[in-house]
Amino acid sequence: MAKLSESAVQTITEICHRYDNENTPLMMILSDIQNEYGYIPLEVQEIVSKETNISVAEIYGVVTFYSFFSLTPKGKYVIGCCLGTACYVKGAQQVIDKFSEILKINPGETSEDGLFTLDALRCIGACGIAPAVSINGTVYPKMSVDKVKAVIDEYKAKEAAA
Amino acid sequence: MSLVNIKIEGQPYQVEAGLTVLEAAKKCGYEIPSLCTFNHGECNVGSCRVCLVAATGGGARGLVASCVFPISEGMEIRISDPKSVQARRRSVELLLSNHNVNCQQCGKNGHCELLHVAQLVGAREGAYQGVKSATTLDEIAPALVRDTSKCILCGRCIARCANAHGLGILGFENRGFKTIVSPAENRSFANSPCIQCGQCVNVCPTGALMEKSEIDKVDAAIKAGKHVVCQVAPAVRAAIGEEFGNAIGTPTTGKMIAALRRLGFEKIYDVNFGADLTIMEEGTELLHRLTNNGVLPMITSCSPGWINYAEYNYGDLLDHLSSCKSPHQMQGAIIKSYWAEQHGYDPQDVFVVSVMPCIAKKFESKREQEKVNGIPDVDAVITTRELAKMIKRAGIMYNRLPDEDWDPDIMGDYTGAGVIFGVTGGVMEAALRTVYFKLTGKEYEKIEFTEVRGHDAGIREAAIDINGTVVNVAIASGMKSAKVLLDEIRNGTSKYQFIEIMGCPGGCINGGGQPYVRPCFLPNEEDNILDTYKEKRAKALYSEDERQTIRQSHNNPQIAELYEKFLGEPNSHKSHELLHTTYAARVGFND
Repeated sequence: MAKLSESAVQTITEICHRYDNENTPLMMILSDIQNEYGYIPLEVQEIVSKETNISVAEIYGVVTFYSFFSLTPKGKYVIGCCLGTACYVKGAQQVIDKFSEILKINPGETSEDGLFTLDALRCIGACGIAPAVSINGTVYPKMSVDKVKAVIDEYKAKEAAA
Repeated sequence: MSLVNIKIEGQPYQVEAGLTVLEAAKKCGYEIPSLCTFNHGECNVGSCRVCLVAATGGGARGLVASCVFPISEGMEIRISDPKSVQARRRSVELLLSNHNVNCQQCGKNGHCELLHVAQLVGAREGAYQGVKSATTLDEIAPALVRDTSKCILCGRCIARCANAHGLGILGFENRGFKTIVSPAENRSFANSPCIQCGQCVNVCPTGALMEKSEIDKVDAAIKAGKHVVCQVAPAVRAAIGEEFGNAIGTPTTGKMIAALRRLGFEKIYDVNFGADLTIMEEGTELLHRLTNNGVLPMITSCSPGWINYAEYNYGDLLDHLSSCKSPHQMQGAIIKSYWAEQHGYDPQDVFVVSVMPCIAKKFESKREQEKVNGIPDVDAVITTRELAKMIKRAGIMYNRLPDEDWDPDIMGDYTGAGVIFGVTGGVMEAALRTVYFKLTGKEYEKIEFTEVRGHDAGIREAAIDINGTVVNVAIASGMKSAKVLLDEIRNGTSKYQFIEIMGCPGGCINGGGQPYVRPCFLPNEEDNILDTYKEKRAKALYSEDERQTIRQSHNNPQIAELYEKFLGEPNSHKSHELLHTTYAARVGFND
């Protein structure tokens, strides 16, 4: 647990007790931690276990079951490519492959500069605008292989300006 | 109790409400094959789908998982309906399709429930072919082996770890085809706060969880011509007969000794001698703590599963643990010193084998703190189950053996107090018998302290009046119960002076190395055998205690002789060197 700062331990402990009145608070706690820090490593799960009396193995099971939770830090921009049925038949595989090619990372990985994480998602419920890509909540409808570079450049430009 | 009307295969039955289809069918004389459920729904996730039956009416429609589906008025159940039969067979065949099916070489061969249900449903060879999940083989931990190529993801081990210990070392990890049952991060048991008690091994229906066998070590030592001394824990005799078809609770001490002799051990001793020695040391330590404002309550230290738990979770309370080694370690240390000296042997040529109801003892025997001058007290630990395997391998016809006795020299005497170490409350009772004598100068008239007896998990307490001095004692087995007592100590609210803690629920009789209790393989035992086996095994030990003429450790003549000729007195300098140990707090998820 040496890796965690004292303030992080404090924040996580506080999050653990936000839902003391709930019967099954685990998902909400993990959700808040994921939002706050972008990932939930084992050290953090140990604190959650201590505060909630839920075993580390069970917490780890939940974290690895849901693709929304992550064990490793995510990039500043998380690119979620939907690979649900509708998006897939409309060419989503080619789209995610293009992202992979340009960013030089596989789905599930984060670029070396820490800017981008590429995620393969199951259906995000945007079948009408398939293939859909979601970047930090912003949805890019009817994506195609040709548009991928422009989207990446948009974020790179944003970074350069900042 | 309200009754409901159901039909099985068209026959009407009345059964009590609230039962599952599986339970109700059993009451009516039908055993539906099942894998994931066991012990009154201790685990009932309904994951294996082996118990599917066709049911109509009363809210049911089509196939239901009988282990979790409740019966209701008017339900009609068809176990032998072709649809049911086919569904169960398909479930088992699908489980087998992701299983390594190396049945002949598997350690659970003969006890495997998956193989049993495969036979029951008539599974066909290679019915489903295809890719198998990636597997993990963890052989790093000294006591436990986990092989996910044999795991059927039933969840029994997860439930047992949580129910017995509140620990939950194991859990489901990842999802879909990648799902495994494992400690967090698919770690080894060695790098997680697992106490290596083996309760998970006892409930695993397949060979996915096993003890780490040390039979090879024993073979090698005998072959190398070492002086191989065997010592057997009390709880082993209460259960080993089960491996040879004897009813649960049948003590077969004499046959067990006869078998050991035929396996080629040079000497065969009872760890009861070590238990008596433990009482002398631990009783003296307790009296010292009571009269010198020592750290109280003092907690027993015989159970290595419990020691592991304490070191992982209560590093701040380790001063409360008795510094005594466990009985077999003490006896091992005496064998390699006094006994070797008496026989003119070099301790390096002596090889001590402990037969234990426990797998955590494998871990314990390898601790640095359990060595004297770099020589381990005990060289190999085999479980009750492993001993049975050795006996079967040697072709020894166990049930036809004559009854034989322990070797009588040096450590051949033992008392009834030593025997009862194998059941929860036993160490406490044995200690009280001696502490009573030490404090009052006379024996406790009733001999037995029945108020501390039991055979199950949970906490028992008693206030023992010894000549006006009241000693408050408590007993817990299973870490879930122990935690309650430990938190009291941590919070400063504990009212006890002496606490006995055993790792496994019920104590050693229910240890992780004991014969499996699988109702499906025990057609002659009663229906509720999972409720009664611990009591039956405990009874076997208490009856042996009753048969002993000497029933207090301090009255063991060879113990007296050992102190007179070698150790001096209990807690002497020499005793501390050989018979006492130390503990250290440990980090659970170490990398």
